Amino acid sequence: MAIDSQLAIWEVFMQAKPGANYIHAGSVHASDKKMALQNARDTYTRRGEGTSIWVVPSDAIVASNPDDNDMLFDPANDKVYRHPTFYVMPEGAKAI
Amino acid sequence: MDVLEKTDSIQAEMLRHFEEKIERGDAIEPRDKMPDAYRKHLIRQMSQHAHSEVIGMQPEGNWITRAPSLRAKQILLAKIQDEGGHGLYLYSAAETLGVSREELISQLHSGKAKYSNIFNYPALTWADIGAIGWLVDGAAIVNQVSLQRTSYGPYSRAMVRICKEESFHQRQGYEIMAKMMQGTKDQQEMAQDAMNRWWWPSLMMFGPHDSESPHTGDAVKWKIKRHSNDELRQKFIDKTVQQAEVIGLTIPDADLKWNEAKGHYDHGPIDWNEFYRVISGNGPCNRQRMEHHKRVHAEGAWVREAAEAYRLRKEKELLHL
Ligand SMILES: [Fe+2]
Ligand SMILES: [Fe+2]
Repeated sequence: MAIDSQLAIWEVFMQAKPGANYIHAGSVHASDKKMALQNARDTYTRRGEGTSIWVVPSDAIVASNPDDNDMLFDPANDKVYRHPTFYVMPEGAKAI
Repeated sequence: MDVLEKTDSIQAEMLRHFEEKIERGDAIEPRDKMPDAYRKHLIRQMSQHAHSEVIGMQPEGNWITRAPSLRAKQILLAKIQDEGGHGLYLYSAAETLGVSREELISQLHSGKAKYSNIFNYPALTWADIGAIGWLVDGAAIVNQVSLQRTSYGPYSRAMVRICKEESFHQRQGYEIMAKMMQGTKDQQEMAQDAMNRWWWPSLMMFGPHDSESPHTGDAVKWKIKRHSNDELRQKFIDKTVQQAEVIGLTIPDADLKWNEAKGHYDHGPIDWNEFYRVISGNGPCNRQRMEHHKRVHAEGAWVREAAEAYRLRKEKELLHL
């Protein structure tokens, strides 16, 4: 008998309504794109949770390492000039 | 410092960092460093939870073809489909801990992984479908609501999704019981009989008393578990007794009474001998449940093989081989 295969893992992202961001919902197992989409539909939207689905092979996702968080996600508070409040508006000018 | 001392101090530092995060209430995510015991506890708990959702489809599935109306049949089908979905959400979350689906299923089949004891009882009459939805899903909801705040991110997110779907399960069961209690004398007796058989096993779903519970220490400290077994059981009893009274069902517990001082119901002793007898494999349906799962799993193997063969052929075609 062949080795029991549960097929490859695909990550599922769903858009709740048109215009919204795609949000990670979970994963499904499938042998190809078509099956992944079908399984994602059956598993994650039984009650109108979404209007659009992305499926991505899990091993195609590159994730950051939590050890690098300090370096990657430094809030850069010293770079105040990145915020609009840093700038002085001339008297009488209206904000756009 | 020698090498051993050094790894010890790195370990201790890692644990301190982890526990500070838990203390702050931060969620733990798959790539975060976590103690081995935390990962193991989660895999055991989450896989047991996933298996329960899937095995739980069997007693209810038993009634799909015999549902008393088309409406009842549609509802039951949708409910069971949800349970299959819950199993998949939880397997998906457990897999983020580095355990494969193949491994999870083989642990179920070998008996290393457990599923909820409650599904080793049979669904004998249509009233059992009411009692399962009302009591078993009702008890599951109490547990799952609490787990929405569990510390492992993927588990907590799966719980939020599950809880959104569970309230329909409990209500459809309660509706069946309420309808039968408005029916003929035979129907009322059937409902009470289902109540009598499912009440105690439902209370056992929360696990042993806090004083006897072997896995709680670290699970509470690491916020995997947010409420104790007894706290959750009490919550379930308090909200269910009232629902039983409204439709005229009697709770099969002569010692059950309202405790004014505590603001809770007191209940009679739970038969833990029965609990341990069923959990160790000697319940009415243990063998049937496992045999069914193994058989269906094996019968589906050719579908997975065919799907893989089809993918390989398509890939070759793309490469013009
Ligand atoms: Fe469920
Ligand atoms: Fe349910």
